[in-house]
Parts: sequence; structure tokens; C-alpha cells
Amino acid sequence: MAQSNSLWRRFTTSQVFWPLVALGLIMLFNAFFTPNFFKLEIKDGHLFGSLIDIINRGAPLMVLAIGMTMVIATAGVDLSVGAVVAISAAVATVLINPALGNTLIASDKLVENVTATPLPVVILAALVAAALCGLWNGMLVSRGRIEPMVATLVLMVAGRGIAQLITGGQIITVYYTPYFFVGNGYLAGVPFTLFIVAAVGLFAWLLTRKTAIGMFVESIGINVKSSFYSGIDEKNIKLLVYTFSGICAGIAGLIVSSNIKSADANNAGLGFELDAILAVVIGGTLMTGGRFSLLASIIGALVIQSMTTTMYAIGVPAMAAQAVKAVVVMVVILLYSEQFRTVINRLFARKEVQS
Amino acid sequence: MKVSKVLLVVVILATLAALVGCAAPAAAPATSNQATTSDQAAPADQAAPAEQGKKTYKDLVVGYAQLGAESEWRTANTASIKETADELGVTLKFSDAQQKQENQIKAIRSFIAQGVDVIGVPPVVETGWETVFKEAQDAGIPIILVDRRADVPEDMYVSYLGSDFVEEGRKAGNEMNKLLPDGGKIVELVGTVGSAPANDRFSGFRETLNPNIEIIDSQSGDFTRAKGKEVMEAFLKKYGNEITALYAHNDDMALGAIQAIEEYGLKPGEDIKIVSIDAVRGAFQAMIDGKLNVTVECNPLLGPQFYDLALKVVNGEEVPKWLPSAESVYYPDNAAEVLPTRQY
Repeated sequence: MAQSNSLWRRFTTSQVFWPLVALGLIMLFNAFFTPNFFKLEIKDGHLFGSLIDIINRGAPLMVLAIGMTMVIATAGVDLSVGAVVAISAAVATVLINPALGNTLIASDKLVENVTATPLPVVILAALVAAALCGLWNGMLVSRGRIEPMVATLVLMVAGRGIAQLITGGQIITVYYTPYFFVGNGYLAGVPFTLFIVAAVGLFAWLLTRKTAIGMFVESIGINVKSSFYSGIDEKNIKLLVYTFSGICAGIAGLIVSSNIKSADANNAGLGFELDAILAVVIGGTLMTGGRFSLLASIIGALVIQSMTTTMYAIGVPAMAAQAVKAVVVMVVILLYSEQFRTVINRLFARKEVQS
Repeated sequence: MKVSKVLLVVVILATLAALVGCAAPAAAPATSNQATTSDQAAPADQAAPAEQGKKTYKDLVVGYAQLGAESEWRTANTASIKETADELGVTLKFSDAQQKQENQIKAIRSFIAQGVDVIGVPPVVETGWETVFKEAQDAGIPIILVDRRADVPEDMYVSYLGSDFVEEGRKAGNEMNKLLPDGGKIVELVGTVGSAPANDRFSGFRETLNPNIEIIDSQSGDFTRAKGKEVMEAFLKKYGNEITALYAHNDDMALGAIQAIEEYGLKPGEDIKIVSIDAVRGAFQAMIDGKLNVTVECNPLLGPQFYDLALKVVNGEEVPKWLPSAESVYYPDNAAEVLPTRQY
């Protein structure tokens, strides 16, 4: 009894508890109000249903949230991820289908199921481009000593312009089927995107929890100066987290462009930076840096996506959707307020005494 | 109402004058005699050049304050404005505002300073144009609104050249009636909430739609493929085979929805009929593949019509307050022939 009690206590005090509560509340709402929400069926040999949609659509956000968590843990922020998503998507699609905007190519040539560049090179190039973007942010923040919000704002603004240049201002459509697998494929009946999220998450977890890097990141977030005096190479750690965030954005860009089979420099990843930050916040990592949890951020991303999918499923009018979303976010954020928690905890504790 | 608007303009002007200092004297006295209707304003502008006879394209100087490059449609629009100027020999002063109103205002001011004959502008937002339009008016330079409207009194611009979004919606409604003669249940993908095309395509569609066709759901897809696909997925989960047709406010959302329908295991264009608006290249490809039934054109190639209008204005000819751009409707039958000629 005592042991299960302490286990329960460890669970309720852990960082994943409140995000799970938020996710649970949304799911509970769906259980009552959305018919067929939890219905899973097998179609064409893979799972099919609203829950799968949430995972599939939420995958880019989950990947972004992983990178963003580490940046925020160093007391930084990366506003450029949305633009980097667009750059990565643009690089990948241009390499596959170099029908650069201005030249008119006969339609049959345009829709051939071929790629101008081998697929591994396409993926590598997109990720390298994204990593360079992250490296640029990291250099500005660590070597240039520029405020992270300002430093990454540069690329947030310039990034879409760069993506426009790459695509020649056009929406580039891809007709090369193997590329679709990244964002649309299924492995063992489960969306391939889930494997991507798992791989990125596992890599980040190993990096931060099986080496000292995670601790360095947290200590930088708590106090840069004392970290520096204790011999932590804060510059290179910062460089690392921003580059990693860039790569995550690159992966998200591949998923997004593969999913809709095109790259739209203007709209790919639009607003993603704020959603990613929100996911991290819902995951309970403080914006001031320090302790972080990758899993909690991933759950945070799921909370946001299930909210969006729920909104479509119950048919909230388009005009009201944003407002409804804001109210839900507010309630979720309220769950995090220390004051609010103390009230809840007190209620809980009192009940225990009575029984 | 009108008085308060004039007052507002005066206050803004006064504030500006206080800030700039030197700009005030020119602006203030002109207010009374210039506040006339455009039909009278245009000949007044024309007083000086008319003495040397009518202007031709060769001596026409046009300032075009393009709003930016937010979509394929806009890219095509820019190309058309620039290329047509070259062909006709019009001197074009072009500026790109990168979707920012202050840049557009700056561009208009610099066109006024350079003394162009006509200024063309697609206002990035609907409000906040009174001051700068007034400055142009005081300088005797007529303003033509292109493709987007501005929330200003009618006498502040000479003409509006652009699509009739309501008419596009009506056409889409008619096409839907033809596709579903026996009625049915349809879903709608709305454009960016609050934007003029979304509002007008929404209401125009409902004007002509037969009463036996029921719109069972309507959600915003933000004019993008990704959102169009996401929303369509949710529609399909909710209604499944109930949906007989889809109306999308632009082609990109329809293209996203087509993917969602295919992944759901239905045939777009057959099981679910699709009507959309814009007529971009991707839509023609989809029609050739039989996945899209109709696309209503929203023509970005406004160059020829714009310069024709500009010349008429400069020569003091009477122009309509609103000149709808030339647009048509496309079907899969001729999609393959039309596609190679599409420039956007």
C-alpha cells in the first residue's frame, strides 16, 4: 500500500502528469461528444481512424517540440523553426522536381513518377540545409551573444524569403511516389511518421539522459555563469541545441511536404514555431529554462493536435475555432499555475485524511 | 457618419503635418474642391496633358504598388503587370511591399513624388488608406484598385479592376447544381476566415445553390493544401459516404482534399464530386486525372485590362467604377488542351 502510494505520488509529481491529464480530458470529452472518435479499423492493411489522424498530423509538431524543448531548457527559444520547415520542404521538392517556377514544362513531363536526384540525397540535402539554418542560429546566440528571440527572429523572417527563392515563388508539386512514404506511409500497419517521432525522441533521450549533455543543458538554463565557471562549455552546448532544433525542423519539413506532396514556401510550417513553443509549455518545461522532459513535450504536442482534430470532428464553426482553441489552451495553462495546483492538491489531501 | 470620417482624415493629416511639418500646406486647401466624384475628378486630372492631345501607351507612366508575392496567383499577377508593360511600351514603376501596408503607402508616396500618371494598387488590407489616397488625389494622380478593395469613400479612387468573388461563388453554385441534379449532401472548405474572397465565395455559392443540396459542414482550410487535407480527413471520419460533393474556396485546398479522399478509399471526382475556384495548373492536372470536376477561374493576368483602364483614365474617358476581370469556367473535357497554355 505504502509503495503504490509513493509510486502514485511520484507519478503525480512528475512532469508528464499534467500534460497527460490535459490529454485525458480532451479524450474524455471526445468519448462523450464525438461519435466514432475512438473507432479504429483496418483499411488497406493499416490502422485507420481519428486517433491515427492525430498521430499523423501531429508528427511534425512532435518532432519540432523535441528540438524546441532542448532550446528552451537552455533558457533560449527558436522562433525560426516554421521557416526552416519551409526551407527544408523547398529544398527536398526542388531536388525531386526541378521544374523551377518560371520555365513552363509540358504537363506529361511534369507529372512523371521520377526524381531528378536519388531519394537519400534529397533527404540528406534537406536535413543539411536545415542543420545549417540551426547552426546559423546557434552561432548568433552562442558566439554573437544575441538574445535568442532576436537571433532566431532573423531567420524566421528571412527563412520564408529563402524558401521562396528556392522554389522560384511557386508551389512545387511532387509526383514521385517513393517520397510520399515519409509522410503517408505505413509500417506494420502503423503510420511511418510515428517511427520517425520515436527515432528522433529516442536519439534525443539517449543524447540527453545517457550522456552528461542533458545535465549541461539544464544547468545552462538555470545559471549560465555558474555553469561556465564550473567548466561547462556553454557555447558549444548552445550551438548543439540550436543545430539539433534546426535538424528537427528539417525532418518536420520532410514530413509536411511529403504528406501534402508539395512545398508551399508561404504556408508550409506557418505558425509552427508558436505551436511548438506551446507544446513545450504544456509539457511543463519552464520558458526560463532548466528542468525539461522530452516525453512531456511530445504529449504537449499531442494535446494541441487532438484539440485541433476534435474541433473539426465536433464541427466548431470556422469563425469560432480559434477562440475555442484559445479557451482550451487557457484552461490547460491554468492547470500549470502553482496556485491552481496547490488548491487542487489541498482538496486531494483533505479527502485522503477524511477517508 | 461622413462628417466623422472627414474629421478623422483631418485629424490624421494634422498629426502627420505636425510630424512632417512641411507637407501640410499642400494637403489642406485642396480638400474642398477635390472632394468630387471620380467622373469629374478624372477630366480635371487630365486638364494639362489634354492640350497636347491624347496620351498613348508610349507616354504613359504607371506606378504599381504590388502587395507582395504570397501565392502562385500573385506571382502570375506580377508577371502579367510587368510583361504587359514591356509589350505596350508603358513606363512602369514597380514596387513590392512584401505584404506590409506601410511599404505600400511608402511606395504610393514615392509614386506621387515622381509624378506618375496613374497609380495601381492591390490594398493588402481594407482599412487605413484615406490619408495616402487623399495625397494622391490632391496631387491629381488617379488611383486604380486592382484585385482587392479598400474601405474608402468611392470618390477616392477612379476604378476597381478585379474579380467578382461573389460571382465566382455563384458560378461554383451553378456548377454544383449541374453535378448534383438530384440533390445531395455536400461539405465546404472555406478560405482564410475574414478574408474578402472567403466571405464572398461563401455567400455567392449559397445564392445559386439548389435547395435540394444540403451543406452539412463548413470549415476553414486557410487556402492551403495542408489544412484542406486535414479538414477533409475530419469530414470523412465524421460523415463518411454521406458526402456526395465538396466545394473548396480555392484549388489548393481541393488538391489537399483530393489526397484525403483517396486515402479514405473513395474516388475523388466520382464518389465525391469536387468544385473549386482559381484554375491554377495543379487543378488542370487533377482534372486530366479525373479527380476534379470543375474549377472556376479567378484570373490573375490583369495586365492588359489594367493598362487599358489606366490609359482611358488618363485620357479622361469615362470608366466604370468597377471593371470585373475576364473569367471563365473549366471542365475536365478540355483540361488537357488548356493546361500547356496556363501561365500560373
